[in-house]
Amino acid sequence: MAAIFQGVGAAAALSSSLSNSFDSKKFVSSPLRKGASFAVVRSDGRVNLNPKGRRAQQLISNAVATKSDSAAASSSSKPGHELLLFEALQEGLEEEMERDIRVCVMGEDVGHYGGSYKVTKGLAKKFGDLRVLDTPIAENSFTGMGIGAAMTGLRPVVEGMNMGFLLLAFNQISNNCGMLHYTSGGQFTIPIVIRGPGGVGRQLGAEHSQRLESYFQSIPGIQMVACSTPYNAKGLMKAAIRSENPVILFEHVLLYNLKERIPDEDYICNLEEAEMVRPGEHVTILTYSRMRYHVMQAAKTLVNKGYDPEVIDIRSLKPFDLYTIGNSVKKTHRVLIVEECMRTGGIGASLIAAITENFNDYLDAPIMCLSSQDVPTPYAGTLEEVTVVQPAQIVTAVEQLCQ
Amino acid sequence: MALSHLGASASRSSSLLKPLSSALSLRRPISGDNSPLTVETSVPFTSHQCEAPSRSVETNPKELLTFFRDMALMRRMEIAADSLYKAKLIRGFCHLYDGQEAVAVGMEAAITKKDCIITAYRDHCTFVSRGGTLLEVFAELMGRQAGCSKGKGGSMHFYKKDSNFYGGHGIVGAQVPLGCGLAFAQKYSKDETVTFALYGDGAANQGQLFEALNISALWDLPAILVCENNHYGMGTAEWRAAKSPAYYKRGDYVPGLKVDGMDALAVKQACKFAKEHALKNGPIILEMDTYRYHGHSMSDPGSTYRTRDEISGVRQERDPIERIRKLILSHDLATEKELKDVEKEVRKEVDDAIAQAKESPMPEPSELFTNVYAKGLGVESFGADRKEVRATLP
Repeated sequence: MAAIFQGVGAAAALSSSLSNSFDSKKFVSSPLRKGASFAVVRSDGRVNLNPKGRRAQQLISNAVATKSDSAAASSSSKPGHELLLFEALQEGLEEEMERDIRVCVMGEDVGHYGGSYKVTKGLAKKFGDLRVLDTPIAENSFTGMGIGAAMTGLRPVVEGMNMGFLLLAFNQISNNCGMLHYTSGGQFTIPIVIRGPGGVGRQLGAEHSQRLESYFQSIPGIQMVACSTPYNAKGLMKAAIRSENPVILFEHVLLYNLKERIPDEDYICNLEEAEMVRPGEHVTILTYSRMRYHVMQAAKTLVNKGYDPEVIDIRSLKPFDLYTIGNSVKKTHRVLIVEECMRTGGIGASLIAAITENFNDYLDAPIMCLSSQDVPTPYAGTLEEVTVVQPAQIVTAVEQLCQ
Repeated sequence: MALSHLGASASRSSSLLKPLSSALSLRRPISGDNSPLTVETSVPFTSHQCEAPSRSVETNPKELLTFFRDMALMRRMEIAADSLYKAKLIRGFCHLYDGQEAVAVGMEAAITKKDCIITAYRDHCTFVSRGGTLLEVFAELMGRQAGCSKGKGGSMHFYKKDSNFYGGHGIVGAQVPLGCGLAFAQKYSKDETVTFALYGDGAANQGQLFEALNISALWDLPAILVCENNHYGMGTAEWRAAKSPAYYKRGDYVPGLKVDGMDALAVKQACKFAKEHALKNGPIILEMDTYRYHGHSMSDPGSTYRTRDEISGVRQERDPIERIRKLILSHDLATEKELKDVEKEVRKEVDDAIAQAKESPMPEPSELFTNVYAKGLGVESFGADRKEVRATLP
């Protein structure tokens, strides 16, 4: 059985041997498109072209454009389609499931219910119960089962209804998911994707407002990415599914209804790359997930006040894209990190360490890090607001940094 | 209570050998032949929610001699590992399987290499029965390059992908959901194969086991959960850890079978039965009533929570190798001397493998960073300037 799952080339044989044994009503099979055209867009504007590269040129302006330019750019590029972030995730997932028969989805309420955030809506009808699996509420075991299935070559996408629930599966994620490739001497790869919403929502209470990036970041062997726009949500989802490594994709509860125009053609976002949101000269602001929007809001105020912040959405939480970040630091010499993670041992703390270690000579001022307070998220609206970083605080911090 | 259990097994052993019939007059060469032989298991099977299989097991001289050889090899290997550990060539944790060899050998006789086996940390013998070589075992135990995991796994992390042996896991109970995941993948690809997920009586109290069992039963997965009940979970006897030590019944809605785990033929019969059952009806639990002579691991003397009398009692009454030896001798399949020669041969094999393993070098320092990530979509760790590559993670 292990032989079936080896390599992309075998997938064509796989789909043909399985297509007659699958119930054709429930299952749409398409052989793996080996020559599928896609472009990997890099944040510095370079593009790894494939044979059908011409369309990719127009792709660049979309991805790297600053927020203010995106409206103008989209009208000049090949028209894409507008959708919400959760629909972008769904599209990415659906395309990957069509492309590769080994991709399956496991989670609570993902099948018949359509997903608690509608990310897997309609997939169960299209792909059947064996590929979109409703699990009981047993995170530890179904994450373990996903990892076991991945060991044989399947590519499960495990959905945690809320990232906080993945704490119950921490043993499986840390010991088995992260380490099996190493302890088996390279015999097994675990191409699993673990995804789910986290972050502070609207008064969801302490246990449902957790930011677990910090807990997972030291597990060796996994990659972590955080999506923030429909464009990178779809791109990262696809890249994560195609990656041979276990990837944890962090989504945010409040970002699911963001609308954006994304390209029609197949594209992926590089898993280890940061995104240049707004080039600038005075200060580098590093952020990810929901805080990107708080930062952009603060950026408007800052621009009016005469500052020129460079905003980078780091996207890749493990490993950090020190190349993009480094180039930025060398240009601006001041760094502000804005994150939703906890102050103690958070992503920001690791990022400060990484930047100080590598770019200390380029810094004109100590790195500032704005993170959430080290408290369980309170229920009361006013208190919850104060727990996370607000745009006004970002503006003050930049002013302080640029003195 | 463990002692009363021993008393029961003593009375069982009096009906140790009751060959029902030997079909043909058997030839003498020790290589054996395939003429069928029917042997009765030492005790009947006890079942829960299913029909127990018959006590009469089909076998043949060749198989019995293979059992003897394989179990003698495993026994020798574990005892050699004991000496190596005491000589400080093996460090860390070392969990030995001697006494339980019948489970590994009997299971292997009932299945193919396409069926998956996953077990916990007491995995040296299961690895060998799946086709692992002695060199790989000893080299891995000593942390050398020739080891099955290149020296980076250790005693608790033996894997053999090409014969579907999935390890080798250190955390108690964590391998059971993995095993159900393997069964899920088998169902997904419609392989007609099954997965044996082994765990101990200590792990039988883990919540994730019942969670995985629930999902397996719901989704009709071909998962066979095998509880190797050696009556002690680390240092705690089973009656002190489990309210209901009838592990084969604890699946509740899932059928179960209790098997004498010291009788390789009974294990073979049970596994065959379980495989047929799992392919048709979903998960089943097998409880192998077995015993380990060593302590839980090399750092456990094994005598603080049980008496030496108990250990030697089991060794005399129920030892799996002795049982097969008596079976072979009583059916005239080989002489006493021939069996002793096999044991000598096996001893030499083990010694040779150890010598070879000692010559294997330690892993290179650069191996520290290999296999952390698999290659895919540009996983390379660059230095800050991307001018120099600090470590390429392959």
